[in-house]
Amino acid sequence: MNAIDSYVTADGRTIGAAVMEMKNITLRFGGVTAIKDISFDIREGEVRAIIGPNGAGKSSMLNVINGFYHPQEGEVWFHGKKRLAMKPHQIAKQGIARTFQNIALFKGMSTLDNIMTGRLTHMKTGLMSQMMWWGGAQAEEVANREVVEKVIDFLEIQAIRKTPVGRLPYGFQKRVELGRALAAEPKLLLLDEPMAGMNVEEKEDMSRFILDVNDEFGTTIALIEHDMGVVMDIADRVVVMDYGKKIGDGTPDEVRNNQDVVDAYLGVAHD
Amino acid sequence: MSNTTTVGALDTLPRLLARNAKDYAEKTAYREKEYGIWQSWTWAETAEEINSLAMGLMALGVKPGDHIAIVGRNRPYFYWAMVAAQSASAVPVPLYKDAVAEEMAYVLDHCSARYVIAEDQEQVDKIIDVMDDLETLDGIIFLDPSGMRKYDKSKLFGYRELQRKGLDQKAALQIELDKRLSEQGPETTCVMLYTSGTTGRPKGVVLSNRNIIETAKGTCEFDNLAADDSVLAYLPMAWVGDFIFSIGQAYWSGFCVGCPESQETMQTDLNEIGPTYFFAPPRYFEGLLTSVQIRMEDASRFKQWMFKIFMDNAKDVGPKLLDGKPVGLVARLKYQLGKILITGPLKNTLGLSRVRVGYTAGEAIGPELFDFYRSLGINLKQLYGQTEASVFITQQRDGEVRADTVGTPSPGVELRIDDSGEVFYRSAGSFERYYKNPESTKDTKDPEGWVATGDAGFIEKDSGHLRIIDRAKDVGKLKDGSMFAPKFVENKLKFYANVLESVVFGNDRDMCVAFINIDLTAVGNWAERNNIAYSSYQELAAHPKVYEMIQANVEEVNTSVAQDEMLSGCQIHRFLILHKELDADDGELTRTQKVRRNIIADKYDDLLNALYDGSNTVFTETEVTYEDGRKGSISATLEIRDVATFERKKVAA
Repeated sequence: MNAIDSYVTADGRTIGAAVMEMKNITLRFGGVTAIKDISFDIREGEVRAIIGPNGAGKSSMLNVINGFYHPQEGEVWFHGKKRLAMKPHQIAKQGIARTFQNIALFKGMSTLDNIMTGRLTHMKTGLMSQMMWWGGAQAEEVANREVVEKVIDFLEIQAIRKTPVGRLPYGFQKRVELGRALAAEPKLLLLDEPMAGMNVEEKEDMSRFILDVNDEFGTTIALIEHDMGVVMDIADRVVVMDYGKKIGDGTPDEVRNNQDVVDAYLGVAHD
Repeated sequence: MSNTTTVGALDTLPRLLARNAKDYAEKTAYREKEYGIWQSWTWAETAEEINSLAMGLMALGVKPGDHIAIVGRNRPYFYWAMVAAQSASAVPVPLYKDAVAEEMAYVLDHCSARYVIAEDQEQVDKIIDVMDDLETLDGIIFLDPSGMRKYDKSKLFGYRELQRKGLDQKAALQIELDKRLSEQGPETTCVMLYTSGTTGRPKGVVLSNRNIIETAKGTCEFDNLAADDSVLAYLPMAWVGDFIFSIGQAYWSGFCVGCPESQETMQTDLNEIGPTYFFAPPRYFEGLLTSVQIRMEDASRFKQWMFKIFMDNAKDVGPKLLDGKPVGLVARLKYQLGKILITGPLKNTLGLSRVRVGYTAGEAIGPELFDFYRSLGINLKQLYGQTEASVFITQQRDGEVRADTVGTPSPGVELRIDDSGEVFYRSAGSFERYYKNPESTKDTKDPEGWVATGDAGFIEKDSGHLRIIDRAKDVGKLKDGSMFAPKFVENKLKFYANVLESVVFGNDRDMCVAFINIDLTAVGNWAERNNIAYSSYQELAAHPKVYEMIQANVEEVNTSVAQDEMLSGCQIHRFLILHKELDADDGELTRTQKVRRNIIADKYDDLLNALYDGSNTVFTETEVTYEDGRKGSISATLEIRDVATFERKKVAA
């Protein structure tokens, strides 16, 4: 599958060329090897999932993708160019946004203000003009607010627009975090366990939003998820990791029938 | 039948629209909050939107008499869709947006709908599910395309694309549209609304232009509703009330209809819009009052003290001022001060500060609840109506507002009470017929135009106000021949915070008795404050002090029932407090929390017998269903109390 340039998904979308390629990534923390020689790609417009049991190295992988960790070996290629070590804000400027496993919002700020922070990389006016509320800053804020309001409408969170995020239930906080990532209008959206700790209804809502983001804005999505059912439903292709190694890669059906994956998830009897 | 010459040429909704587009061209007709900002449309813009959609529908091949279903939350686009359908001589049929696919399928099939105008993917999905079985359905028009990029578009049409298509073919279609508009008249069907149908399948109520416009005209004059008024449209579009308030009356007077941003933001939006005309069911006002009370309990001592001082005065003075009765100077000054410090800000927080005319209806409203809003200076009134009457049967006139009546006949309505006590009415608003259901039409509406309401009530001699006592089928007689109306007494009992539910028996018996369910929150709170220990609902319910408290409530109810000339026989002679809460899982309540009287009587016949055979205690064992479906049983020995009953006092008029 990696050899071809594009493919057509089960629901008839055509997926383009690779946006990001991970080539033989190895990541070590001191003596611990978190990721061992992993290669895969993320293609334009697809929903790509990374799954694996606890401690498999999924979150480390996501941190490599968004440039927070720098692998000791291997290369990350982004839009056909080898990516050098970068600061997080430089990554964000390239059109990559993410959410966190443990919600990282500003608890005392309203939903609106939190999502507004997602627009930071799109702001050009300087500190002085923002403080003085001069023409440029004002026009810019209005334009940014418009984007944020479209995100609020999309995620159906109008009712909590002015509510401090700390007072919101968990499912809504997750939604606000997704909103903040969307406000950055990313090309590539990274989601770290977007459904963790949610009930069935919240999971269904979140799945729908993820698919709608992908469908409506054409955003490429890479997500880490624990819930196998959800992953198999929404992902186009799945990478399976176990003990830092890649043990499977393919469509949900291929992965589901992969013996190594079954062993990793269900355990295997020793002889 | 005389034609409605009084209305002149304004005898169809599209004609009213044309008048508004001319007379109120620059006045705001619709507002909707979207993307955090109130968007607005003038009457002139509204007319353009409606005309282009009407032509779009005609471009799709909509013929006169076709039915077009509309399903979505309150948004200007769907109000336009209704009038656009009418303009094209089709019949709009609004549906409940939370109806499941099968319910929608029944209605769509019954009215042979040609098209559905649906809000979004959620509604479109439901209709696609049942579309194969609906032969007459030619397509779905959707407003919000999100999530439907990959759908097969052969039978799906975008709302805005359709308007554009209509405009593109304007040259050809305008002539046909004008022809259709000119052929309509007061007899033309204006809208078809399906009644929720507590028994059997929903029925399609056909309302003509005359029904709607005459009703709107009379009631707008009644309350002086004019172009400067405004409403917030938040109740289901498939409900007749919303059609009358947000279309009928709005078109007649030219006032502005505001649509909330979403269902959840209604309270904020209400606050921002500050409507002058407002309708809400009693449970809305109840929820609002509870939230005020809870917040007051958390407020500082000083604020609580202020609230008490001024609210006590307002309770006394507010309703009198609204009714134009004399009030002393000191009390009046105190009320004004309270208005600045307490009641004014409170009204503003509730979004009701500009309300000039407020209505509630649907069920009995507790006098205390009613008085709370009246004491704030909100002109809250009651009305009585139903779909078949284009809402209005009776309503309360300013200055004649009471908690226990539903007012005098609305303009142009005649009332009659038959021998069994059932209320009948005849009015310009009474419906044409049930769609494709001549038997039901005949059963409900007689050849002279009298319509049966199914409710029992009577007209008070002195005031001429109608009082509804119960559903007609629940009303019976005691052995001595006096009238028995259980709901009348049950409602009075339920107005006490301690009483959650009550069931009164007495049909064909020599006296009335009652089962009572205590409200665990209210009584539990009371028990905590009075150091009464209890470990379960059952234990609290059996506590002698609780019995004493409930007995006092029942006796108060008896004093009040005793004053009623017709229903004084319904005083409660004996009661017991049930050892378990009545529950829908056990089949004792309906899913909408209504008491299922006969099932309860069968299930607890041992208790019922004990109430009538004079014993002081009764042992009982009851099967209960737990939430996970397991069954168990609880047993208890219940105390039965006798209650004092009263003679009717002669009160000087």
